[in-house]
Amino acid sequence: MELDGLYQEVILDHYKHPLNKGLSDNFGVQVHHVNPSCGDEITLNMTAADGKISAITWDGVGCSISQASASIASDLLVNKSFAEADAILNEFTELMQSKGTKEGNPEILEDAVALAGVSKFPARIKCALLGWMAFKDAAVRINTTIGRE
Amino acid sequence: MSFNVAKVRQDFPIFERTIRDGKKLVYLDSGATSQKPLSVIEAESNFYKFTNAAVHRGAHQLAEESTDAYEGARLKVAHFLGATVDEIVFTKNATESLNLVAYAMGNAEPGSRFALTSKDRIVVTEMEHHANLIPWQQLAARTGAELNWLEVTPEGRLDLSAINSVITENTKVVALTHQSNVLGTINPLEAITTRAHEVGAVVVLDACQSVPHMPIDVKKLGVDFLAFSGHKVLGPTGVGVLWSCVFEELPPFLFGGSMIETVTMTSATWAPAPRKFEAGVPNMAQAVGLGAALDYLSKIGMQSIFDHEVELTGYLINGLLQIPELSIVGPPNTDARGGSVSFTVGQIHPHDLGQYLDSQGVAVRTGHHCAWPLTRKMGVPATTRASLYLYNDESDCDALFDAITGAQKYFS
Repeated sequence: MELDGLYQEVILDHYKHPLNKGLSDNFGVQVHHVNPSCGDEITLNMTAADGKISAITWDGVGCSISQASASIASDLLVNKSFAEADAILNEFTELMQSKGTKEGNPEILEDAVALAGVSKFPARIKCALLGWMAFKDAAVRINTTIGRE
Repeated sequence: MSFNVAKVRQDFPIFERTIRDGKKLVYLDSGATSQKPLSVIEAESNFYKFTNAAVHRGAHQLAEESTDAYEGARLKVAHFLGATVDEIVFTKNATESLNLVAYAMGNAEPGSRFALTSKDRIVVTEMEHHANLIPWQQLAARTGAELNWLEVTPEGRLDLSAINSVITENTKVVALTHQSNVLGTINPLEAITTRAHEVGAVVVLDACQSVPHMPIDVKKLGVDFLAFSGHKVLGPTGVGVLWSCVFEELPPFLFGGSMIETVTMTSATWAPAPRKFEAGVPNMAQAVGLGAALDYLSKIGMQSIFDHEVELTGYLINGLLQIPELSIVGPPNTDARGGSVSFTVGQIHPHDLGQYLDSQGVAVRTGHHCAWPLTRKMGVPATTRASLYLYNDESDCDALFDAITGAQKYFS
């Protein structure tokens, strides 16, 4: 069933046992993003140290795709430099826009390649990108904050 | 019952196609938009093929015929609602109809019954679609008027216990939905129109979810404005209707060609309603398509359609309630409710449920259904909604029940 391409075991695992879910008390920056078409929401805390993302925690409500994708992103992007994280984010965005023509590079995207099937379901791409866009926003803001200090 | 569903479905070409690798299309999303009978598709297409010309202008036969077709469609809408032709304005959709009232009120001369100041109040309800909430929020913001609302009970009915303290002497307008697009609740209009008129307020009714499904006689409703969209009533997209019995007192909203009486370089006066509210070349083919849709519904009979849907809604609700962990958001019976049934299924997020249902050929809507404050009030982040129409039958409901059970296994 084509649905199995969307709901890979890895995704359902992350959905049932999300990583880094639960907001930390301390953070460098906090962002809140919503998907207005379905009401999914995410709050994401980011901390940076020595040019690296040292911590990401998040909380939110949403479908399995949005929640699993946020879990995967939080695990994948932590302890990366901003440039490395940006490259991963671009690779993931490209995968999401590929309409099923790409499989994704597992060396870069790791568990996130399991989301490749989402690109065949246009209505779900926004779900998969919700956590990543929150991350992108947080990265921009935290760098602006650091720049001011 | 004066119609049978199998025969009705033959009139809708879309039911000839299949979904997701050969599955039967189980269309349970008519609350979002209805499917179209061939007669509507042909009426719109034939207008372009044989009659097309700008209405109300042009000194030629085509212009004459297109004007007849367009005005003929207005007459059909008037008959359908129990109204007269000068009470019918064509808009692009119900959202524009509602915005028209809100903006026109904002243009009213100070001191007129429609003019709002910071001393006045606008009343809505907690169950409004965004289209009948945000225009009023914005009008309140522009005029300084206070926005107030009637609340919704846990069962999804309007709480009228505070009606006299919500609809006060200062209230100028009460805007509410006839039937909730999420809960299916049909609102008791009489208590509200009586109180509104007692304090001199006008009542604006969002009838998007009622006009397609039940007989409507605007003279009996007691409201001052009624809006509905063409595409939910078997008609084309791009056409909506605003009915009113007080158009003469209301200033225009959009200005331009067609809506004027005289124009100088510095001033203009307005044509009488409905022309005053139809600036520019209108959506002629779509209005003609809407006329064909109302012909189609009238031939079957709105009472028959309503009876069919009430019976089917009962079947749908009873079947849903048999499914473990399923909760209906809205009235769990057919008392004063239509065929939009929202629900949640255990911990399965509606978007995931909708995706699974789609894989089985079942089309539903998921999310907050453009009524975010309502879903919040009902204590759920989102719901799944099945909405019925004249072309649905028990087999569609059965397919939904089976697919929900399948989803529970899939996501367990």
